[in-house]
Amino acid sequence: MFQHYQLDSAWDEMRRADGHARAHYAELMQRISHISPQELAQRQQSADDSFLAQGVTFTVYGHDAGTEKIFPFDLLPRIITDAEWRTVERGLAQRITALNMFLHDIYHQEHILNDGVVPRDLVYSCKHYRREMRGLTVPRNVYINVTGSDLVRVPSGEFAVLEDNLRVPSGVSYMLVNRQMSKRVFPQLFDRYNVQPIEQYGQLLLSTLRSLAPHISDPTIVLLTPGSYNSAYFEHTYLARQMGIQLVEGRDLVVHNNVVYMRTTNGLQQVDIIYRRIDDDFIDPLVFRTDSILGVPGLMHAYRAGNVAIANALGTGVADDKALYAYVPQMIRYYSGEDPILNNVETFLLSEPPQLQHVLDNLQHLVVKAVGESGGYGMLIGPHSTQAQREAFAEQIKADPRNYIAQPTLQLSRAPCIIDGHLEARHVDLRPYILYGEQINIVPGGLTRVALQRGSLVVNSSQGGGSKDTWVLYGE
Amino acid sequence: MAMLSRVADSLYWMSRYLERAEHTARLLDVTLHQLIDVDAQVSQQRWLRLWQTLHYDDANTGSISPQPVVDLFTTDGRYADSIAATITAARENARQVREHISSEMWEQINRLYLDMRAQFHQHAWQQSPHRFFASIKMGSHLFQGITDATMSHNEGWDFIQIGRTIERAHNTASLLVHHTSILQGYLNDGQSHHAEWTGLLKMCSAFEAYCKVHTPEVTPPRLIEFVVYNPDFPRSIRFCADSIHLAAERILQRDGLVRGNKVQRSTGQFQAMLEYGGIDEGLQSVATDLHHMQQACFRIDAALRETHIAYPITYAMSST
Repeated sequence: MFQHYQLDSAWDEMRRADGHARAHYAELMQRISHISPQELAQRQQSADDSFLAQGVTFTVYGHDAGTEKIFPFDLLPRIITDAEWRTVERGLAQRITALNMFLHDIYHQEHILNDGVVPRDLVYSCKHYRREMRGLTVPRNVYINVTGSDLVRVPSGEFAVLEDNLRVPSGVSYMLVNRQMSKRVFPQLFDRYNVQPIEQYGQLLLSTLRSLAPHISDPTIVLLTPGSYNSAYFEHTYLARQMGIQLVEGRDLVVHNNVVYMRTTNGLQQVDIIYRRIDDDFIDPLVFRTDSILGVPGLMHAYRAGNVAIANALGTGVADDKALYAYVPQMIRYYSGEDPILNNVETFLLSEPPQLQHVLDNLQHLVVKAVGESGGYGMLIGPHSTQAQREAFAEQIKADPRNYIAQPTLQLSRAPCIIDGHLEARHVDLRPYILYGEQINIVPGGLTRVALQRGSLVVNSSQGGGSKDTWVLYGE
Repeated sequence: MAMLSRVADSLYWMSRYLERAEHTARLLDVTLHQLIDVDAQVSQQRWLRLWQTLHYDDANTGSISPQPVVDLFTTDGRYADSIAATITAARENARQVREHISSEMWEQINRLYLDMRAQFHQHAWQQSPHRFFASIKMGSHLFQGITDATMSHNEGWDFIQIGRTIERAHNTASLLVHHTSILQGYLNDGQSHHAEWTGLLKMCSAFEAYCKVHTPEVTPPRLIEFVVYNPDFPRSIRFCADSIHLAAERILQRDGLVRGNKVQRSTGQFQAMLEYGGIDEGLQSVATDLHHMQQACFRIDAALRETHIAYPITYAMSST
């Protein structure tokens, strides 16, 4: 069973350097060794079938319209101890609080820019900076109501933040359905482990949204989706159902006298809170991209008039710009006076000439990313690239250095996965979901994404990644 | 929870398109079957009437041979009434509202679509057109049965009912309009066009039901009486009008909209037209009556849109 399971320099979630199982994985390892490969394959198959039948799928762009695939699910849970989790939880709360204060600051007094902690031109040149948000008061002064930060575990065993996804992070529905599935696949194991629940996410999200219109006793809340061709459409339908709210498209909403309504068969119904899963660029063709047919003309005016709350607020993307990311530790110190609990990954800013030269000289060892992209698009992974690819990328970098950052190739931690009936180690990350309304709530765990190709470091669903359930254990 | 206008609209059109596919399949099936035992001239006239019924207004209609046009009406997505276009549109509408229909309904309409695509591959359907058309009709019937048995009979269900019955009423009226000449013909020349009349009944899927009431002895007045005014036969215009009116009343009761009166007035007028209408032995007014029925269907469709789907904002603000 374990003969394919090799240790290397990456942190291993299950085994210590001496090859023995970590205490919290011992029970799982023992159980698995008593199940035959055929039985494992059978359980895997029934899980896959069940996802397909339930329509737990995502749409792959660039193929025939409507190509639906399941997000591959690995049966073995990724286990995190209570102590590890508490550090992550405190670190995330600290970081999200600082990022939110940063957003409020740059759209109001700009203290942090005036004090020279963050370069002004880095903020203004960011394409996600929204002038339209200047001076606007958002409910509770909270901009980032839903966040899905990407954490990685570095070889020392510490968690570090790779990206803060502050715009419209997705994947939480997979976290929820993965839990249902692992309860079905390993019911006894689930009983033996004392796992903290996550099923309250839908309820927490609803109360977070509701808290954005505190003066309305029974607010009308809708989830705004780009529609059934969007890759995350399953998630939109799933969350709307979990919360019992309407799933609307842009064409279902109209703005009249700066008030937002949805068209029902029974007439217009006023909408108070919008959980939007559409990017800023597409949300209002009168203010942003004029060619957008997904958005709602006039929405920005209703928002400015304070007649509707939007989660997340517009303009949050500036704080997860990959170049500004390098300044998050400084933001935390600036606003809270504390040292960051969770570290950043070392990042080179290519707008700085010395760093640019260093990166161009060492492209084969580095990962270079476009600052405004996400989902694994627009990046160069140095060690896995050809000379020609590096040269082409170097030209792009020189043409627009502000648009790129570079990071060392990360050794993501590895966790056991079932590959062809036996155990192999695969690289994983962790995306916890942070809700911020009246207070900060983080359901224990999050979505563990897996790079299913041997040796691969790319976990994105669009690039052949999979996922597993994440168990955070109760303390002793 | 109130129903989104877009959702109601998609349910309505999903249902209309599926009914239209079934209608086109039945028309082509019956006409192809009749082809076997008649001379060329009669056959040409039949095809002409069929093209008119299906709104195929090519100037050269008279001179082309039937087979390529049957092909067009089966597989060509550019013709709005073709089986390919209508099944695809029905499925696309269903896909947009998957959350609002039962999964059984989605699976059935998706299967119907995929089977149809498979039949079009390398013209497999041409091996046995009859079997193909039968599978389309059966697919539509199955969908209706599954809808009744698995979906809550709520507002969405009522929009599905209206969509199906308004399409059916309009199709039947339009079919008869294009056949009034052969119905009235017997009054002038006294000849029996028995094959045409039974064919017409079959196009309304009414032959068996007619025989149970009137025996296979078909006369035009009885035929019209049956497919237009019979209160019990589910494909008669009368039956459709009753069903539309009832569904509209249920929607009105749920919504309690003052504006809803407009829909109710139009469905009520249509229903009364059928309940209290009838034919004269000379069949003088049949064409006009059928024309009025078609107009009534358009009015109901427009009233529904104006009241529940695409109402102007100011209108909605002033009267809710």
